[in-house]
Amino acid sequence: MKYIDEFRDKDIVKKLAQRIKRLKPQNINLMEVCGTHTMAIFRSGIKQILPQGVNIISGPGCPVCVTDQGDIDSMLKLAGIKNVISTSFGDMLRVPGTTSSLEKERAKGCDIRSVYSPLDSLEIARENKNKEVVFLAVGFETTSPAIASAVSDARENKLDNFSIYPCHKLIPPALEALLKAKELRLDGFICPGHVSSIIGSASYEFVASQHKIPCVISGFEPVDILESILMLLKQIREERAEVEIQYKRAVRPEGNPLARELLKDVFTTTEARWRGLGTIPESGLNLNSDFKKFNAKEKFDLTVKNPVRPGNCLCGQVLRGVKTPDQCGLFAKACTPENPYGPCMVSSEGTCAAWYKYNR
Amino acid sequence: MARAWSLLKGPVPPGINTIVDMEERILLGHGSGGKLSHRLLKEVVFPCFSNPILDKADDAAIFDCKGRLAFTTDSFVVHPLFFPGGDIGKLAVCGTVNDLAVMAAKPLYLTAACIVEEGFEISLLKKVIRSMAEAAKLAGVEIIGGDFKVVEKNSCDGIFINTTGIGMVDAKVKVSGNNAKAGDAIIINGNIGEHGAAVMSARQDYKLETNIKSDCAALNHLIACILKTSSKVHVMRDPTRGGVATTLNEVALQSGVRIQVDEDSLPIPEAVKGVCELLGIDPLYMANEGKVLVFAPGSESKKILSAMRKNPLGKNSRIIGEVIKKDTPLVLLRTAIGSTRILDMLTGEQLPRIC
Repeated sequence: MKYIDEFRDKDIVKKLAQRIKRLKPQNINLMEVCGTHTMAIFRSGIKQILPQGVNIISGPGCPVCVTDQGDIDSMLKLAGIKNVISTSFGDMLRVPGTTSSLEKERAKGCDIRSVYSPLDSLEIARENKNKEVVFLAVGFETTSPAIASAVSDARENKLDNFSIYPCHKLIPPALEALLKAKELRLDGFICPGHVSSIIGSASYEFVASQHKIPCVISGFEPVDILESILMLLKQIREERAEVEIQYKRAVRPEGNPLARELLKDVFTTTEARWRGLGTIPESGLNLNSDFKKFNAKEKFDLTVKNPVRPGNCLCGQVLRGVKTPDQCGLFAKACTPENPYGPCMVSSEGTCAAWYKYNR
Repeated sequence: MARAWSLLKGPVPPGINTIVDMEERILLGHGSGGKLSHRLLKEVVFPCFSNPILDKADDAAIFDCKGRLAFTTDSFVVHPLFFPGGDIGKLAVCGTVNDLAVMAAKPLYLTAACIVEEGFEISLLKKVIRSMAEAAKLAGVEIIGGDFKVVEKNSCDGIFINTTGIGMVDAKVKVSGNNAKAGDAIIINGNIGEHGAAVMSARQDYKLETNIKSDCAALNHLIACILKTSSKVHVMRDPTRGGVATTLNEVALQSGVRIQVDEDSLPIPEAVKGVCELLGIDPLYMANEGKVLVFAPGSESKKILSAMRKNPLGKNSRIIGEVIKKDTPLVLLRTAIGSTRILDMLTGEQLPRIC
């Protein structure tokens, strides 16, 4: 862990903050689109040391939060099917669907398990041959290669009682949708480090070239984030719009071609429903026809009624960066982490949860 | 109600094998109060816990006591039952001893009630009971009563243990969660997060390999040293479930004070940091089972620290923060980069994040 301490060094942070101040930024809107960035910014208290002229906005960076309520309802239906073991990442358990959550269904007796990796679900499938084991596959490009690898493994080993509920999303199409909607004036993007280690920097080129908005791919420690902000401010001052990599220790311009190859073998891009952003073409991943029998949506009847969304919940606007959590009438009153209305209050990476935890 | 740990007096009645086979597993009959129960208690439980009060084998333990008493109870469920640095037995004894000790009580006696799952290996039960006896001996307390029940397979996770404890409190001591005062230094007796990280690593779910050991230990001797050194201790509390962050919030609420903690001063071992980074969990919410947070006036902190550091359980003691003022209850964290943020209570269960 020693190497991380340097990226939390107080003196370096101070120097970076001074350099940012010296640029005298005025009314600059920077958006981050990664839940881990959201949390890191709040946890280390970066907002308090930035000058007033820099406004950091959280975008649709939390994979749990952007999962459509209809998908959550289908997952709840799936969890209730006899002999099904549903598995997913811990964050998913508390997200409210229309009438329940996976956590509540588990308390009623459904077999729902939180795992650290989709490969753990394979293990569960091997140990429970008489049951159907389904992995609820949410996430962005960071987690999808591991899921692709789990599905390939299942096919190779003829693990027919394993399937996934494919719900993966892609970051660049979401950025494009946000930019096209023109609800916000954005001056720069702090791009996600983990996602970019897979997709590389080229995936954001359209943001810089077509929309003339600077992008910097950032790491997750305070020094990383401040340096990225500094790099963005410099681009803005010099009227450049390029994709730069701050997180050089993990991200290469070409990303990880091997992981992308694996994704291509297993998944095809498809239109996807995003909470807050609506349906975005080519923004999701579905299993391609070779892997049809590992698709829980094909294996089970998971159709649900149109979801009823909680009234007055501003999660959608919060996900688009149009509103901040404190502008929502429910925030910290009716909607708290103990009793969440919307997903942004549930996930540990949700914007509302971060505001509630660190910024009230 | 079933009788507690009372035994048939005299020789073992005919028809009962005299030796409990350690290869055997617990049957529902072992909790029935009948012959199987007696044999198990006589051969597995009583020899380990033996003391004059327990050995009378009556329905209730009778003892003399004069003065102010502290009385507490706690139930213990942990998965896995055995983890690096301890097991459910050690935890059940140390946990209740510590609850008494942090209230400045001298722990005297415990009772122990076990609920065991049908099919549980008797050899494992014996291991747990031995571990309880050992922990009790180290803490200087006696287990003077208890209960043993068996539930059907899959009705519990191996074994659940409840311990109840009683201790004596000096009439002059006024240690309480509502007694934190402006200017109090907050001292911890060592590393944060080891129990939680050890148990999480030992769980098969996350497949982590670490060398982290639980800090599970009885704190009564260390606390006796603290109270001998200073009569001005305001609050003591053990940051178990919910971790240091939750305990500090509890004290802030009870005392109506603002607390500030310094991130740089927190003793978090590298391995604990590693597990927490991987799972996306904050070490300040990780459970501790051998830690105490001591609130005492800043002027007393030097001598308290030096007394604590002389005890093996306090070698790494240090000040982690202070009580700023009487105010709306709030805990603030001065972050490593020199910024300040809220340190809130734990909400719900700690769940690993997506990526």
